[in-house]
Amino acid sequence: MTWIGSIQILLVLGIILLIAIPLGGYLYRVFSGQRSWLERVYSPCEKVLYRLSGINPTVEMDWKGYIKALLLVNFVMMIFAYLIFRLQGYLPLNPDHIPSMPWDLAFNTAASFITNTDWQNYSGEASMSYLGQTLAVTYLQFTAGATGIVAAFAFIRGMLGNKSKTMGNFWVDFIKVHTRVLVPIAFILAIVLVGLGVPQTYSGAQTVHTLQGAAQTISRGPVASLESIKEFGTNGGGFFNANSAHPYENPSVLTNVIEIIALLSIPTASIFAFGRFLKNRRQAVILYVFITAMLVLGAFLIYWSETAGNPLLNKMLGLSGANMEGKEVRFGLPLTSLFTAATTATSTGAVTAMHDSLTPLGGFVPLLFMMLNLIFGGAGAGILNIIMYLIITVFISGLMVGRTPEIFGKKIESKEIKLATMSLLVHPFLILVATAIAIVTKNGVSSMANPGLHGFSEVLYAFTSAAANNGSAFGGLSGNTLFYNLMLGTVMLLGRFITIIAMFAIAGSLGSKATIPESVGTLRTDTFAFGGVFVAIALVVGALTFFPVLSLGPIAEHLQMWSGFLGK
Amino acid sequence: MAKKNQSIGKDIFRTAIIDSFKKLDPRNMVKNPVMFVVEIGFFLTLLLSIFPNLFGGHYELSQIPFNLVISFILLITVLFGNFAEAIAEGRGKAQAESLRRTKTDLMADRREKEGSYEKVPASTLRKGDVVRVTAGGMIPADGEVIKGLGSVDESAITGESAPVIRGAGGDFSSVTGGTKLLSDELIIEVTVNPGESFLDKMIGLVEGASRQKTPNELALTVLLAGLTLIFLIVVVTLGPFAGYVHGSIDTVTLIALLVCLIPTTIGALLSAIGIAGMDRIIRFNVVAKSGKAVEAAGDVNTLILDKTGTITIGNRLASDFIPVGSHNLKDLINTAVLSSLFDETPEGRSVIDLAKKDGVTLSREDYNDAENVDFSADTRMSGLNLPDGTMVRKGAVDAIKEDVQKKGGRIPEDLDAKMERVAKEGGTPLAVIKNQEIYGLIYLKDIIKPGMRQRFEELRKMGIKTVMCTGDNPLTAATIALEAGVDDFIAEAKPEDKMRLIREEQEQGKLVAMSGDGTNDAPALAQADVGLAMNTGTMAAKEAGNMVDLDSDPTKLIEVVSIGKQLLITRGSITTFSIANDVAKYFAIIPAMFTTIIPQLQSLNIMHLTSPRSAILSAIIFNALIIPLLIPLAMKGVKYRPVSATTLLVKNLLIYGIGGIIVPFLGIKIIDLIITGLGLSNI
Repeated sequence: MTWIGSIQILLVLGIILLIAIPLGGYLYRVFSGQRSWLERVYSPCEKVLYRLSGINPTVEMDWKGYIKALLLVNFVMMIFAYLIFRLQGYLPLNPDHIPSMPWDLAFNTAASFITNTDWQNYSGEASMSYLGQTLAVTYLQFTAGATGIVAAFAFIRGMLGNKSKTMGNFWVDFIKVHTRVLVPIAFILAIVLVGLGVPQTYSGAQTVHTLQGAAQTISRGPVASLESIKEFGTNGGGFFNANSAHPYENPSVLTNVIEIIALLSIPTASIFAFGRFLKNRRQAVILYVFITAMLVLGAFLIYWSETAGNPLLNKMLGLSGANMEGKEVRFGLPLTSLFTAATTATSTGAVTAMHDSLTPLGGFVPLLFMMLNLIFGGAGAGILNIIMYLIITVFISGLMVGRTPEIFGKKIESKEIKLATMSLLVHPFLILVATAIAIVTKNGVSSMANPGLHGFSEVLYAFTSAAANNGSAFGGLSGNTLFYNLMLGTVMLLGRFITIIAMFAIAGSLGSKATIPESVGTLRTDTFAFGGVFVAIALVVGALTFFPVLSLGPIAEHLQMWSGFLGK
Repeated sequence: MAKKNQSIGKDIFRTAIIDSFKKLDPRNMVKNPVMFVVEIGFFLTLLLSIFPNLFGGHYELSQIPFNLVISFILLITVLFGNFAEAIAEGRGKAQAESLRRTKTDLMADRREKEGSYEKVPASTLRKGDVVRVTAGGMIPADGEVIKGLGSVDESAITGESAPVIRGAGGDFSSVTGGTKLLSDELIIEVTVNPGESFLDKMIGLVEGASRQKTPNELALTVLLAGLTLIFLIVVVTLGPFAGYVHGSIDTVTLIALLVCLIPTTIGALLSAIGIAGMDRIIRFNVVAKSGKAVEAAGDVNTLILDKTGTITIGNRLASDFIPVGSHNLKDLINTAVLSSLFDETPEGRSVIDLAKKDGVTLSREDYNDAENVDFSADTRMSGLNLPDGTMVRKGAVDAIKEDVQKKGGRIPEDLDAKMERVAKEGGTPLAVIKNQEIYGLIYLKDIIKPGMRQRFEELRKMGIKTVMCTGDNPLTAATIALEAGVDDFIAEAKPEDKMRLIREEQEQGKLVAMSGDGTNDAPALAQADVGLAMNTGTMAAKEAGNMVDLDSDPTKLIEVVSIGKQLLITRGSITTFSIANDVAKYFAIIPAMFTTIIPQLQSLNIMHLTSPRSAILSAIIFNALIIPLLIPLAMKGVKYRPVSATTLLVKNLLIYGIGGIIVPFLGIKIIDLIITGLGLSNI
């Protein structure tokens, strides 16, 4: 670890803060229906879209209406993507003649992209046509991000309603998030990436003759357009198998920094937008401070552990130095550590390093971040998780100050607790039960690349990544089997939609309650004390749940490695 | 008295022990999901003690003692939880018993057939019985005056300071139990039967142990059940995980881990805390008709209090003499004392008392031949007619002015200005005259009960707004409100105004508490979220409120709020403690469990527990012992002081959160040392 390295990490986080505040304000304006300075451009476009799709933008939906529309759209899009993957061999824009996907892989891939997970059991350059990359993958990367963002802000609006049942209009939100947020910013980002060397072409792979006279096929395609929304929408599904470690996806340190910023910008900005909705800037600041602290701790833990390297290897080979296996030298350790922490904290899942090759503690952080799933979290979905934990925290600490707990002026009663507990339960249930099933079945075990504890970590990582809708892979595990395609696909769908449905039910219930005016006796949620309790509850309830399984995986590995254990 | 308590204590204790076994019935246990899981754990471990290989594995017979010990500790854990609940219930029952005793304490003079009077307990009075009440006595039951005329102090019911006249016939014949006869003698026909009285209904409520879970308790039960389910998933999936790394964990250890992780501490104490909270209210001589009402009290945002009897002592007292015109203070005081010499009202007595401080005392004997003129609604003045024809009066200023003008006297120019000043300051002026000469004013002042200011200050710290209700004019009301330190007031209040205020506050999502006693308070009491009715109040008021104060002290509303808060705080704190305990238990059991599979995990054994078995035993013994250790806290409740919510959160977090992390580390280590010392670490 060096000073320069540490400063690199902190500097990037500083830039993110500078972007998050204005972007948060912008998100607030979009979702509170305020005019924007580009209203003259947006408004006519949106009006055309409303008319074309027969949307009446003045209709207000209650939470059930909203969630029905949301689920319907997602279902239709998933079917659409599934059909493209199944039929891509017969469809145009396939210069490399890539065949159609088998049904289980198509299901897994469709489920993966519709849920913002972007887990890839295929390698893009070999198994996905340009039509699939653009019309299915890139398209879903917009809509999946949009679904999350729309869900979060509809939730906030609904929750803050005073004896009202309305959450807004799904169709209007869904169009606006595209026209006003995702499309323009992703477009600019793509242009910037193209300028920095990321390819954007519909020509097929090129065969070149190397200096040694060998022939080499160089894959390319419409990368920049996918790359920009891949990061900005916290999606993470790469064009190439190597994801953001590939030089065409992420050519330089500059693009690497831009990608880190892009993947963190919506999750961080959402916190500030949330504060604007609450009319409580302090609340946003408190959440931001504590969540950033966890992110920084994680990033530095990776940085420290990777710098320390592998003592076994060092001793045997007489080396000293960092663990550089699976890392890109051009990015360096500090930014690789930050990228790894950020991509797993937010549910992005793009990678610049092979997580499988991280030291045990370095791999522990991504696992833990995905298990917590609230360190900023994915676009929109992160805010939902944060609020779910806020509800649990407010409930316990509210009791401790002697009042029926209330969050943002709304009483939390058994109905809300029932729903919050349910969504709290989903995550450990999916991760642990699915991992257990994989581990006792032959199909599950046979896909592991490494034996022993590391193989266990691979499976655990896969299901954690799927349940958290992260999509990053530990590598190693061969996921493209019937077993894993179905298991992972199902886990991703449940992990995404059960939480959204349960949280929407909470918003509906909270919104229909009267807002209680704040008094001195109200437990303030915008204090450092409360922020501390929030983190403590998240760690004790969210992370300790996984302590036994983590101690069998990375913790045991770490202890073995440092005690000089070489395996049986 | 202390001895008596102890014997009751022993009694409760014995019954509670028996009850805790009776409560093992699974049909009863299932209501408490957390402890039900422990009970199932007990049955499973018991089975495994008999058939160690029931769920597979190749366990030696040496496994049996360990399994048995775990099984026994789980049983003890369940019993401790049941005991906590049983002892809380026992105390409630004892309370009902003592309520019944206070009821019988009041005695009445009942007329027998032959016309003589006999002392009987008030509780035996039946409808149609006739009782006699003499001056200074309490009226034993609700009834109708059939003979006699007397002044009755009903200030506790009506808030009206002046005694009222009650007599046979007409509108003023009905008397209320618990009011006090000040003069003369009344013969009263009782109009209620025993068992219909309010107290009887209350006892029924206290005894009826069919307690319903309160909203917060329900929500907490759901959360605890959810956590239990999460830990169940954690533990059940551990088996396959261990199997993958070629190890195996025996079922008994898994059950032990599960019981340690699920929030048994709060699960065991939850219902005891609720029952004890109700009990605390009852001990405070307030009967809550439901636990919901007690919880609501903790949430109150607005407190509506009557001025008279609650904020001020029921009577106004003389606080100053203000001479007018050319008269000096000395003459005024003398005249004022003369006018009040035979006046038995509190106002009259206060004039004498104040004059005494100024060095003026007159003796009644010197004026035995004077004629006393009582206050009447017609003249609105009272005083003396001296034998020499001198007329001394004090009374309402406008009545006196009218009288003077009628008699052709002169009104001093400064009278109106001084009178207005008194009114502005919140006082009531009384004018004093001798013949046609106005000597000056007596400043009658509302006296705010001692300590009220501080209490309102405390309430403000709790975030509760206080609103004073008074029939006074706005000027007077404002002054008293300022002096007492209430946040707001309604002057010239009619019962409808109270109702309107409650509705307005509730519209804004606030919870409102009020106390009341009169029939005209009943709708407001019913509308308020917390309606504390006075026991001396009318039946309608008691039916409408959701709490009844047996001491009829309206200021108790403030303590009721504290008790409500304390109930929630106790629940929250023990929950936090229970969850925080998990950290240490993980560090005890996880290394113990995996150490045979992955020896390196031994470095997680930061407590350096002797052996895996001793670690598991220590954790589970600690888990069981902490329940009885916290029973006193659950019963007494966590101390509550009115401070801001954040301060309170920090304080309770330090004690129960941080404490909840540290205590089990120490506790488990100590138990481990004891187990090791006894040579049982490899049982």
